[in-house]
Amino acid sequence: MTDASRTPRERPLSPHMSVWRWHLTMATSIMHRMSGCALYGTALIVTAWALSLAAGPEAYGTFKAVLGSFPGKVVLFLISLAVFYHLAKGVQHLVWDAGHGFELKSANAGAVASIAFAIAATLAVWVIAAMTGAL
Amino acid sequence: MTSYRTPLSRARGLGAAKHGVGHWIAERVSAVALVPLVLWAVFAVLRLAATDYDGAVIWLSNPLNAVLLTLLVAVSYLHMHGGMQVVIEDYIEKPLSRAMVLLLNVFVCALGGALAVFSILKVALGGA
Repeated sequence: MTDASRTPRERPLSPHMSVWRWHLTMATSIMHRMSGCALYGTALIVTAWALSLAAGPEAYGTFKAVLGSFPGKVVLFLISLAVFYHLAKGVQHLVWDAGHGFELKSANAGAVASIAFAIAATLAVWVIAAMTGAL
Repeated sequence: MTSYRTPLSRARGLGAAKHGVGHWIAERVSAVALVPLVLWAVFAVLRLAATDYDGAVIWLSNPLNAVLLTLLVAVSYLHMHGGMQVVIEDYIEKPLSRAMVLLLNVFVCALGGALAVFSILKVALGGA
């Protein structure tokens, strides 16, 4: 039987972006999703690395030259930032999933800590890279 | 027009697909696994960036490095497939486009993961 009621009803939508005031936990949550999408591309770069290594010295040299160029290093810098941010914010999400840290104070502290960890760890890695001749 | 359909019939197909829990748990389990794997990967990248092709092959011939890298790739692609799936479901409304992009997500993750794992094993197992 075809009847008008068979068409899907309006489903609830979430999140209602327009009813929220901007605040830190919201911004860091959006950044978590954005960095996750950026890491999608990063995984494809890792696959390209493995393919070039399996293809031999010439292909591997080309891969390293591309990533070692200035634009390549800028991309690598942004990747390191995304990795550390997604890692830290992901840990906060795991804490939330365990049922802890929902009070406004600790939620905000976790957001600040995620950003601080991302910046500190990124800078530390690039300093180590410069010192060990990885650059 | 009076509807002869029962309330149950109308509700059917509109509720949860009952697949959410498995997806939710898989995303958390892979996240927990990725914490140590990613930290290890940071050191691996620093090491690899400072060496050349021969150094990379020797590094990957070490079973521990080969296994951890394989796990990193496999768990990462699993995790990002689940994450991207949620993003697609959130932002793409048209059923056909959504199905196509969801399918593309599966294929990209399967291909990217398989290519990486096979390449890693090729180098690790046998003198590339």
